[in-house]
Amino acid sequence: MIKLSNVSKEYPKRGFALRDVSFQIQKGEFAFLMGHSGSGKSTTLRLIHMADRPTSGEVRVTGYSSDKMPDREIWKVRRRVGCVFQDFRLLPGRSAQENVSFALEVTGAPRKTIQPRAQRLLSQVGLAPKAGALVHEISGGEQQRVAVARALANDPFVLLADEPTGNLDDRATRGIVELFWDLNARGMAVLMATHDLELVRRYPNARVLELDQGRLVFDSNPT
Amino acid sequence: MYSIREALSAFKRAPLLTGLSAAMVGLALYVVGLFGLAAFNLGLALTSIEERVEVVVYLRDDVRQSEIDLALAELADIPDVARVRYVSKRDALERAQQDLPEFSELFGGADVNPLPQSLEVELRPGSRTREGVERVAADAGKYPFVEDVRYGQEWVDKLFTLRRIGAVSALVLGAAFFAVAALIIGTALRIAIFARRDEIYVMRLVGATNGFIRRPFLFEGAMAGMLGGIMAWLATWATYRGVYAFLFAVAWIPGVWVALGLAAGIAFGVLASGLAIRRYLREV
Repeated sequence: MIKLSNVSKEYPKRGFALRDVSFQIQKGEFAFLMGHSGSGKSTTLRLIHMADRPTSGEVRVTGYSSDKMPDREIWKVRRRVGCVFQDFRLLPGRSAQENVSFALEVTGAPRKTIQPRAQRLLSQVGLAPKAGALVHEISGGEQQRVAVARALANDPFVLLADEPTGNLDDRATRGIVELFWDLNARGMAVLMATHDLELVRRYPNARVLELDQGRLVFDSNPT
Repeated sequence: MYSIREALSAFKRAPLLTGLSAAMVGLALYVVGLFGLAAFNLGLALTSIEERVEVVVYLRDDVRQSEIDLALAELADIPDVARVRYVSKRDALERAQQDLPEFSELFGGADVNPLPQSLEVELRPGSRTREGVERVAADAGKYPFVEDVRYGQEWVDKLFTLRRIGAVSALVLGAAFFAVAALIIGTALRIAIFARRDEIYVMRLVGATNGFIRRPFLFEGAMAGMLGGIMAWLATWATYRGVYAFLFAVAWIPGVWVALGLAAGIAFGVLASGLAIRRYLREV
């Protein structure tokens, strides 16, 4: 499904963000990617999303290889991999439903299906009653749910979450992680980057990967 | 469909920004239009001078009528030649008396007509070049009954030098103005792209193709170019009317130039936005 083989990433000014990292994420797996700030969590997710290419090594995502994938075809990976972030990255001035519809529209969903699908996705994340609310009028936890609904628009096999609870209070954090577990129970793999050890301890069934200064220093369930 | 809708809604969402882009394009194309108007009228003036370029073949007094007829027919057959006129000694005298009234006494008082008979060779429009004139003059000079061939080498040379300078400066300045127009369109569209960076980011995030992301901006560029082109056309027309009414008579540029200007506006809009969005997509 996702396979990193001896992946290193060096930035011209920052130096190495990742060094020789290898791991796999299987179908339907739930994994936390832990580490302090600057440990390489976001870089790992960016490489899986193919927003960046490794300096050496290979990232494979459902058969697409970072070595062979031309830039013009990266959209194919993006439709198979959903992404959410700490700062939600929603379109301001638009409603929750418009944000989800936008993702469907720009990826070529048939026009007639867009509204019902957006509503169904918002229901899936428990936000149907607030579908018409503008995103700045709803809470952070709700905004993150909109972001999740948007990430699900193309029915991805994996959800990458980069510190998705970083801006949320404890209750909203629980709600979002429970939502991820719910999606995982329906077969979707989840890879969630976080530096919150307490949060990780609450979910002992999850696999834990830990990065430190760009190196993978711990894997609770190597495959 | 999405692309056109988005391009139109971008106009609606930020009318000031898009109006400003179109106005900047219009301004740049207006400068091109003014330059075109000046170049066209200069061209007309040069053409009217060029029309007076002709080769005069002076004949000896003892030439026979059959020889004149032969020369008339042969010279008229040369591809560069539009028309050949025979001017008899008497015609030449009458013309001199009319054109130079201050010497009428001199011409009228003489018992012998001192003016030679001649053939006036008018050239076709494409052949009024230095080479064309020299070719015809050389052909005409081959007849044994020809006394002299004149075509005002000096001013023909100056005229063609002026024409060349005009053509080169038109090319260089026109290209410079178009480059400025393209830069302005590109800058205006970069602002438009920046205003919609969040949408572009989300499109890339969820897997929209680059072509899909690019299309609304290309339409927007085309619309800004077209609007700017129309503004420039109207402004150039207003300037033309003003110059015509208050300064001096000028001619309006041909319709095909206007159409080309509009097409150039659209093409530059598309090109500039294409380059701007391409650069942006490489950065994000």
